[in-house]
Amino acid sequence: MSRLAPRIVAIAFAIVAMPAFAALVAGDLKPLADEAATEKLAAIDHLVGSGDPRAAAILKALKDDALAVTPQGEFVITEGDGHLDAITGAKATVDAATLESISINNRIRGRIDGALAAFDLLAPDRAVRAKAITALEQSRNPELTKLIDAAALAETDAELKSRLGLLQAGPRLASDDRATRLEAITQLGASENPATRLLLLPFVEKAADGSFREPDAELRGAAERAIRSIDAAQRKGELAGAVFTGLSLGSVLLLAALGLAITYGLMGVINMAHGEFLMVGAYATFVVQNLFRRYLPDAVDWYLAAALPVAFACAFALGVVLERTVVRFLYGRPLETLLATYGVSLLIIQATRTIFGAQNVEVANPSWLSGGIQVLPNLLLPWNRIAIIAFALAVVALVWAVLNMTRLGLFVRAVTQNRAMAGCVGVRTSRVDTMAFGLGAGVAGLGGVALSQVGNVGPDLGQAYIVDSFMAVVLGGVGQLAGTVVGSFGLGIVNKFLEPFTGAVLAKIAVLVLIVLFIQRRPQGLFALKGRAAEA
Amino acid sequence: MNAPAAVIEVTPAVALAPDRAPLLSPFGWAAVAVALTVIVVVVPVMALVVPPGSPFALSAYGLTLVGKILCYALCAVALDLVWGYCGILSLGHGLFFALGGYAMGMYLMRQIGRDGVYQSDLPDFMVFLDWKALPWFWQGSDSFLWAVGMALLVPGLLAFVFGWFAFRSRVKGVYLSIITQALTYAAMLLFFRNDTGFGGNNGFTDFKRILGFPIAAIETRVVLFVLTGLALVGGFLACRAIVQSKLGRVVTAVRDAESRVMFLGYDPLPYKLFVWTFSAVLCGLAGALYVPQVGIINPSEMAPSNSIEMVIWVAIGGRGTLVGPIVGAAIVNGAKSVFTAAFAEYWLFFLGALFVAVTLFLPKGVVGTLIAWRGKARESAP
Repeated sequence: MSRLAPRIVAIAFAIVAMPAFAALVAGDLKPLADEAATEKLAAIDHLVGSGDPRAAAILKALKDDALAVTPQGEFVITEGDGHLDAITGAKATVDAATLESISINNRIRGRIDGALAAFDLLAPDRAVRAKAITALEQSRNPELTKLIDAAALAETDAELKSRLGLLQAGPRLASDDRATRLEAITQLGASENPATRLLLLPFVEKAADGSFREPDAELRGAAERAIRSIDAAQRKGELAGAVFTGLSLGSVLLLAALGLAITYGLMGVINMAHGEFLMVGAYATFVVQNLFRRYLPDAVDWYLAAALPVAFACAFALGVVLERTVVRFLYGRPLETLLATYGVSLLIIQATRTIFGAQNVEVANPSWLSGGIQVLPNLLLPWNRIAIIAFALAVVALVWAVLNMTRLGLFVRAVTQNRAMAGCVGVRTSRVDTMAFGLGAGVAGLGGVALSQVGNVGPDLGQAYIVDSFMAVVLGGVGQLAGTVVGSFGLGIVNKFLEPFTGAVLAKIAVLVLIVLFIQRRPQGLFALKGRAAEA
Repeated sequence: MNAPAAVIEVTPAVALAPDRAPLLSPFGWAAVAVALTVIVVVVPVMALVVPPGSPFALSAYGLTLVGKILCYALCAVALDLVWGYCGILSLGHGLFFALGGYAMGMYLMRQIGRDGVYQSDLPDFMVFLDWKALPWFWQGSDSFLWAVGMALLVPGLLAFVFGWFAFRSRVKGVYLSIITQALTYAAMLLFFRNDTGFGGNNGFTDFKRILGFPIAAIETRVVLFVLTGLALVGGFLACRAIVQSKLGRVVTAVRDAESRVMFLGYDPLPYKLFVWTFSAVLCGLAGALYVPQVGIINPSEMAPSNSIEMVIWVAIGGRGTLVGPIVGAAIVNGAKSVFTAAFAEYWLFFLGALFVAVTLFLPKGVVGTLIAWRGKARESAP
């Protein structure tokens, strides 16, 4: 109750400030005792319209069959053993035997429910108020205007206040006063809320005979401007949405392509089983999740943190095995490498099917990744997408650091640039190959953890990304991380920008065609083989 | 890593050939004659004349299976022409195969006439989609000649345009492989759409007749089988003629050292483009023969995995030998029939292991290894 107090003070102040508001008097309640249901309904609407904070208590009592009337016509609320005066809320001493309780039917009960919901506008909890506003935005009950006015004055939260303002503006559009209507139109236009567009449309529509429904040209002009500004805001939201989903798709691609940037970009090994390392990472996440559920159910929200090293280790180990047993013998024969690693990918996929089944497995988002932030009225940014973008960038930074700041990275670069010379100065080149390949695979495993949060986890997971991630590496220029980053985000954003116009499938095809055309223009940008290495 | 590009050993028969080598050795001609006899006489007799109970009888299932493998073998020969002789590893030949199949499928759909489920002049799927008239690209599809023409023209044209763009900018090696894979993947997505006008993910099926003959009748199947066999022999001889010609020798030179060929004053583009387009046309032909025998064509034929499987046929048989792909297609698809019937889930294990084992231990393929052995035996004999 203590939290409610300042709010009630604020409302009381609002009521004092607004002459239209009248405190309840006994006469307002009198029709409630009437036999006719219509009289009761009118009284309820009047109670709601009054905006008096006592009205909510009275309505609640009425709903709970706790409202009664004395023979003298005084209304009391039964509470426990005692009674309260309905209007003042003070203790009242009445003879319980003489009380006549007020009966209601279902229709009245429904009306009370609606009215009580509106009183939630005054609730201390922001979430409850937001919910009430949402309900009102849908119902737009004109009976509640006074209550909305009161709530708008009392509201302290900026977002809710502006939404209430819109609710106020709606009925004012129909006002008799031209200035009020103009003001309401401007207010709606300034809101940039797509939901209000419908309210404004009648002002600019033409009737069947070709004349405008709204004869006043100035009002019409204002409405047109308002609609334009709403549309512009909506386009802005859609644009921002396309950029965001593009970034998010790009970061998924980036995670898939980063490992390739090492194995393919730096080492020149075509690894068609790369997608399967992603899949291994995702399945590692699945296994870790199940272990947490089984043995650490309290900490299940944090299974992702444990999944990261596990996924990296699994993919790393698999990568090392693949390099030592297959890829090593095919260096310098890219087409054979392609075929052999494709065979390996078939083996891994089928092994996964045999172990985990052909169906997709369920990997749940931890609670802290569900939900999102509402940036614009038509733009919600989900947390898991935001997290994946941040994670992708973090992995890029990590890979960059490993390649540029560690001894292994130094060796990898040395072997890439001049294998023979690196060997001469004592770098164990074959070991570096294995480590670099393992690193690329491990990074793919990390990508798999992220993919498990945004997509399905099944044996075919890797297949979906292999072509796209090769494209990203090729587009960005082989052999440099920055190119892969630009290529991935570029592909993602272009894809998402095309989708609204062409549909997902045609967008993908268009992107492929664009890449082929890009090759025409910038073959050098693609195969960033420099100097003497340009033609082997 | 900057390792030198793969250099495939030039088979001596080609490298040291005099001005014009004979198309086939006498032994080769004899083998072709035997193959023709088997296709035109033995198999039809086994399927039509020999009573069904006899151990020499060929059932309709067996006939279709062998016919199917012959179609695959034709694809493999076509793929070998570009991979084994020109060094272009295509991971998208399934697309050309499927396009040929679709062109024939359109004709077969029109041949259904009013015998479909909806008894409409339009193919059933169009009725289902509530289309009122044939789309423009279905005009003419009621003619058999049109279907055959399209089955050859569409893959050829697509290959020409794609090849022109790709080869002109000197995209090669694995880049080209990946782009061809992307191409067939994109086409698959396109054909999966109902709006594209080719039956969506169900594709075409339920064919009734071809040129007025019932398509399921054993006689029709034998004719289709004979045509497929002739196409394979013809395709083989045509490829052989190409690789034996001067053009073929330039193509082989492009495979081994493209830069040097350019330094010698040749432009590789027309050579590559020719074998590439011809190969696509052969695949289209194989697809057109495949669909009436198998009775269905759908976008999954364009899946990248199908195209890569074609590559393994060539690899296991031996690329750079035109007989190898035929042997490889027969081995792999024969094994597939056995495996999928007996223990389906191990098929992918087997196929995956095959990819790894062939590239690691049998880089020349079965036929290539046999030829190498024979060469060694000859060297050591005198």
